[in-house]
Amino acid sequence: MDSTTDTIESFVKSEYKYGFVSEIETEAFPPGLSEDVVRRIAKTKAEPDFMLDWRIKAYRHWQTMKEPHWPNVHYPPINYQDYIYYAVPKPKKKLSSLDEVDPEVREMFEKLGISLDEQKRLSNVAVDAVLDSASVATTFREELAKVGVIFCSFTEAVKHHPDLVKKYLGTVVPQNDNFFAALNSAVFSDGSFCYVPKGVRCPMELSTYFRMNTANAGQFERTLIIADEGSYVSYLEGCTAPMRDTNQLHAAVVELIALENAEIKYSTVQNWYPGDAEGKGGIYNFVTKRGKCAGRNSKISWTQVETGSAITWKYPSVLLLGDNSVGEFYSVALTNHRQQADTGTKMIHVGKNTKSTIVSKGISAGHGQNSYRGLVKIRPSAAHARNYSQCDSLLLGDRCGAHTFPYLEVGNSTATVEHEASTSKIGEDQIFYCNQRGISTQDAVNMIVNGYCKEVFNHLPMEFAVEAQKLLGVSLEGSVG
Amino acid sequence: MLEIRNLCAGVDGKEILKGLNLTVKAGEIHAIMGPNGSGKSTLAQVLAGRGDYEVSKGSVMFNGASLLELKPEERARAGVFLAFQYPVEIPGVNSTVFLKAALNECRKARGQEELDAVEFLALVKKKTKLLELDQSLLGRAVNEGFSGGEKKRNEIFQMAILEPKLAILDETDSGLDIDALRVVSDGVNKLHGPDNAALVITHYQRLLDYIVPDYVHVLVHGQIVKTGGKELALELEKRGYDWILEGAAKNGKP
Repeated sequence: MDSTTDTIESFVKSEYKYGFVSEIETEAFPPGLSEDVVRRIAKTKAEPDFMLDWRIKAYRHWQTMKEPHWPNVHYPPINYQDYIYYAVPKPKKKLSSLDEVDPEVREMFEKLGISLDEQKRLSNVAVDAVLDSASVATTFREELAKVGVIFCSFTEAVKHHPDLVKKYLGTVVPQNDNFFAALNSAVFSDGSFCYVPKGVRCPMELSTYFRMNTANAGQFERTLIIADEGSYVSYLEGCTAPMRDTNQLHAAVVELIALENAEIKYSTVQNWYPGDAEGKGGIYNFVTKRGKCAGRNSKISWTQVETGSAITWKYPSVLLLGDNSVGEFYSVALTNHRQQADTGTKMIHVGKNTKSTIVSKGISAGHGQNSYRGLVKIRPSAAHARNYSQCDSLLLGDRCGAHTFPYLEVGNSTATVEHEASTSKIGEDQIFYCNQRGISTQDAVNMIVNGYCKEVFNHLPMEFAVEAQKLLGVSLEGSVG
Repeated sequence: MLEIRNLCAGVDGKEILKGLNLTVKAGEIHAIMGPNGSGKSTLAQVLAGRGDYEVSKGSVMFNGASLLELKPEERARAGVFLAFQYPVEIPGVNSTVFLKAALNECRKARGQEELDAVEFLALVKKKTKLLELDQSLLGRAVNEGFSGGEKKRNEIFQMAILEPKLAILDETDSGLDIDALRVVSDGVNKLHGPDNAALVITHYQRLLDYIVPDYVHVLVHGQIVKTGGKELALELEKRGYDWILEGAAKNGKP
C-alpha cells in the first residue's frame, strides 16, 4: 500500500540536535596535505624525533596507497587537499587547571551534555574532551593517578610517557595497515591515551568526547589503551559535529592492547552529523579500530551504537593471540535518509580455545543503506576456537537496503563456527496493532527498534544505554501519520 | 454508544461496505454473521481505523464523538478495542512492557494516573486469575511464537487489562479448539457489564453457544439484511445463508 510507505516515510524524518556551530577562536593550518604539513604538525606539537619519523614513514606509505573502494558505499571522490589537517582552539592563556578551560569551549561541551566540571559530574566518569584537533580537557586525572591509571591526551602521553607510546603505538594497527590508517598515522593531532597498570581495576568509566567544530577540518585522532596484566578498564566514546553542507572527514585509529588476564570494554555512541534528508553534508567516518588480546585469558569487548555520519566505514576487530582469550562485538548501526554504513568486525583466532561473539543489528530507514561485513578467521594454530555470529537487519519502509557480507575462513578442524542471520521489516501491521492498543506510531517504532536492539544495549554501561535508546528515538523522529 | 449510519467503505477503490446501519447500546452484545466476503472484517477494520480502508460515505458516532475523525490510537484510548483475527507478532517487544505502555496511554487519555510497575503487575495478577490464564506468556515478546490459541487468549487478556467500552471480536473463534473457545468466551462474558458493549464477528454459530448475543445481524454484500435475536443464529446454522440471500434479492437488494 502507498499509504503504508507514506506513513513510514514521514516517520523517519529526523532532526539532529547537536548541529549547532560554536564561535570558538581557532588556529588552523590552511587546507592541504604535504610532507611539510606533516612536519609542521609534529613541530607545532613539539614532538620528539621518533614521532616525526613515524609520521613521515606513514605519510610516504600513504602516498603509495589507493583509497579502498570495496565497501558497499558510494560517494563522490574525496580531494584530500581540500581539508584542513590541523585546527585547535586558540589558547587564551596556558591552562594550569580545568577551571581555566576557555569558557566558550566549556559552554560548548555543556551544551552537548558533557560537563568539564568535576563537581557537576554525578556519574563516575572521567572525560577527555577533544575539540577538532586537540584535547581541551581531561577530568578526574588526579583521582585516577592515585591508583596509577594514566589517562590523558595523546599529546601529553607523547610528552610524559614516551616509552609507553613508543612501545605500543602502531603495534595493533601498523602505519601501513590501510589507506585511512596510514593517513591518520601521518597527521593525527591528538586523541586519548590510557594505561592501566598491573592488577588495577580502573575505578571509574573513562571516556573521550569528540567534537568537530571547524568547517572543512578533518579530525584525525588516535586512541591507545593498554590494559596491563590482570587489569580492567571500561572506556566510552561519544562524538558529534555541527550541521554543515560539506562533508567533513573523520579518520581515526583506535588501538587496544590487553595483556594476560586483562579486560578492556570499549563502548562507542557515534552520532556525527549524518547529513540532511537529501544527503547533503555529513561526516565521512573512516575508522580503524582494533584490539589485541595479547595475553592468556585476556578479553576485549567492542560495543558500538552508530547512528550518525553520512558514510560509516568501520570494523572494530579483535586479534585473539593469547590462549583462552575472548573477543566480542556488539553493534547497532542505524542508517536513515541517505546514510550509508558498511560496518562489522574481524575476529582473528590465533590462540588455542579462543572464543568470539558477534552480534550485529542493522536498522535501515528512509533511503539508508546498511551493510554488515564480517570476517571470522580461524588460524591453524587456534585449536578448539569457537565463534558465534548473529547478524540481524531491520527495515523501515521499502526504499532502504540491508546487506550482509559474512566471511568465514576456518583453518582448524576442531573449531566451532556458528552463523545466524535474519532480516525483518517493521510492518504496517505491527504499527497498527500497537495503535489499536492506544500506542502512537512514534512510540510503537521506538518500542520495536529498542526491543530489537536490547541485546546490544545490555552491553553498554547503564548511563550510555539510556542515552543510546534516546538517540535511536531522536534519529528516527519525525512522527508518523 | 455506537451509531453507524449509511457507512460506505472499501479498499483499493473497491467498495465493500455499502450503506451499513447499526446501533449498539451500552450493555448489549451484538453478533455479526455473514458469508465470506460480505464485509464483516472490513467493518471491524474500519471501526478500528486501519489506514488501508477508505470511508466514502456515512458516519460513525461513538459516545457522541465522530469516530472516523480520530486516529487509530485515539479510538483505542476512547475505548474501542479490536481483538484481531490474526494477532500480530512483535519480536523483541516484551508483552508486559507493551501492555503497560498501552494501558498507561489509555489511562492518560481518560485523565487517570499512570500505573507504575508494581501497580501494573498487581493488576495483571488479578486479571490472569479472573481469566484463568497462564501468566508466563507475559514474559515473552508480544505474540511471538504463540500458538493460535495463545494469541487469541492474549487478545482477550489485553482486553481485560484495557477495559474497553466497545470490544470488537473479529472471528476470535477461528482456529480455536473447544477448550480454548471456552476460555476465550468465558473471558468475554466475565468482562461484559452494563457499561460496555461487544460486537462479535463470527462465521459460525458455535461461538454464540458460549457468548450469548442480544442481537444477531446478517451482513450480506456490505449491508445488514436481517436482524434477529439469538435464535436467528441457530436458524442460520441449520439453513445456511442462501435463504437470506434469496430474500434479499427479492427485496430488490443486491
